[in-house]
Amino acid sequence: MNTHDIEEIQRSVEKQHTFTLGPLQTGPACCDPQPIVQVKNFSLHYDNKTALDKVTLDIYRGCITALIGPSGCGKTSFLSAINRLTDLIPNCKVVGHIQVDGVDIYQSACDVQVLRQQIGMVFQKPTPFPLSIRRNIELPLREHGVTKRAEVEAVSEQVLRDVGLWHEVHDRLDSAALSLSGGQQQRLCIARALALKPKILLMDEPCSALDPIASGVVEDLIVGLQGRYTIVIVTHNLAQARRIANYAAFFWVKERAGHLIEFGHCRDIFETPVHQLTAAYVSGARG
Amino acid sequence: MPEITFVRSRSILRDRLVQLLVYAAVLVVSGVFIWILADLVRGGVAHLSWNFFVDSPRDAGRAGGIGPILVSTALILLVALVVALPLAWATAVLLAEFVPATSKFGTIVRYSLQVLAGVPSIVFGLFGNAFFSIYLGLGFSILSGGLTLACMLLPILVSTAEAGLRAVPENYRMSAAALGMSRTATLLHLLLPAAAPALAAGLLLGIGRAVAETAALLFTSGYVERMPGSLLDSGRALALHIFDLSMNVPGGDAPAYASALVLVVLLLAINIVAMKLAYGLQRKRIMPA
Repeated sequence: MNTHDIEEIQRSVEKQHTFTLGPLQTGPACCDPQPIVQVKNFSLHYDNKTALDKVTLDIYRGCITALIGPSGCGKTSFLSAINRLTDLIPNCKVVGHIQVDGVDIYQSACDVQVLRQQIGMVFQKPTPFPLSIRRNIELPLREHGVTKRAEVEAVSEQVLRDVGLWHEVHDRLDSAALSLSGGQQQRLCIARALALKPKILLMDEPCSALDPIASGVVEDLIVGLQGRYTIVIVTHNLAQARRIANYAAFFWVKERAGHLIEFGHCRDIFETPVHQLTAAYVSGARG
Repeated sequence: MPEITFVRSRSILRDRLVQLLVYAAVLVVSGVFIWILADLVRGGVAHLSWNFFVDSPRDAGRAGGIGPILVSTALILLVALVVALPLAWATAVLLAEFVPATSKFGTIVRYSLQVLAGVPSIVFGLFGNAFFSIYLGLGFSILSGGLTLACMLLPILVSTAEAGLRAVPENYRMSAAALGMSRTATLLHLLLPAAAPALAAGLLLGIGRAVAETAALLFTSGYVERMPGSLLDSGRALALHIFDLSMNVPGGDAPAYASALVLVVLLLAINIVAMKLAYGLQRKRIMPA
């Protein structure tokens, strides 16, 4: 390996840490919270089962909000209600309002495709399409009207750098996305969502299917995205919620329906919870 | 007396016996195929020549070749596929993607297709004769035969394509929707390519059935062994030619064998090509197994 190669590697390592996507959206994180998503009296039913009962909650611009609580308490349902992915689930009914930037997303005039472009989502299991790495990013971009080859390539490189994947895959963009490791696949999915320039990112336990090292990489990435995007993350890992989130919302199952028990600054939820259920859950006594 | 013994138990003998039976079954099945193939080669290979493929049959098929018959077969197959494929795949997309799996409508459509799949081909032949040949006035023609075959192929093509689409993981649909992709784009760029091997397999089964079909063509595309001038001409399909030679033409055994050999080799070739195509499509879409 000659010096030229070494310089090249150093440069690529430096580049991988420079974010190319826009400036921070907010000033000092979450000192002056502005709601971007406002949830009012929102309930969600599957057939005759109530998944969420009258949830009211604000999600603040540029912050990381963690949704915590035991399985089956409606966290994931809540998450997929924000980008209306619940539309795809048969027999799913919603009551109440969710406003994004002041617009009710459940009114008929709301264009779901635009909504989902504005609100990206990352799933628990990495879900790259069975295409090449390049096509994975290109396909949704083209769908949203970015068709010029140069522009597509520029955006692809940008988002792959943003998730720290560029130096790992830049020489094999045409190989299968499914040949990547789990952590790489998850970062590709995040890159794919970022390519559409969303305002909000919904993450449904993005680290739980990954090994501890890959999980750490993705977690660092999420922290890096804070301030540039509004992030709502479901996690079962309380330590992780505590490490990365500005706000936390605690859900619990009462009378076989999911309820929001407590919402507040992450530190307050973990250190001085108001509700005794919250105290029991975060201390590990319940749940 | 040692505490642990390694004596062969009865269960091992039983395992051996089951293994033996399974191997024997495989041997019998492949044996039958090889026997048929060997018999066809033995009886037909001497009769094969370049002229056999291009010449018209003479003396009721005892002499000459099968040129026009190959052309007729290809045309009938083409008509059948051109009509059946779009209909069948559109139906499959509707059933798999746009109608809930448990809906009444879907159940009724699926049930009627199952019934259709069980109808004997001679019944299709009579229906085709009554409807296409007489009612629609298409007469004994390649068009009538192809349309009749299309009706016959629908159930196979629909059910294989529907199964293929349903086998595509749900998370493709979810993540495509979460990226704001339309259902049409999801279908064209993700679901159909992912289901391509199943579509190809269905197509293959369909072609296999169509090429080998005799009874349904008896009353629809007819017997005429001349080179067809248009789709409205009658044309004799290969399977029908074999049937006619072996049943109605004394001394037609050698050309019948040769034609049957051509038919079987053709089916094998179609199988191999379709497999390769499906595999290539998978590779192009970069889909690891």
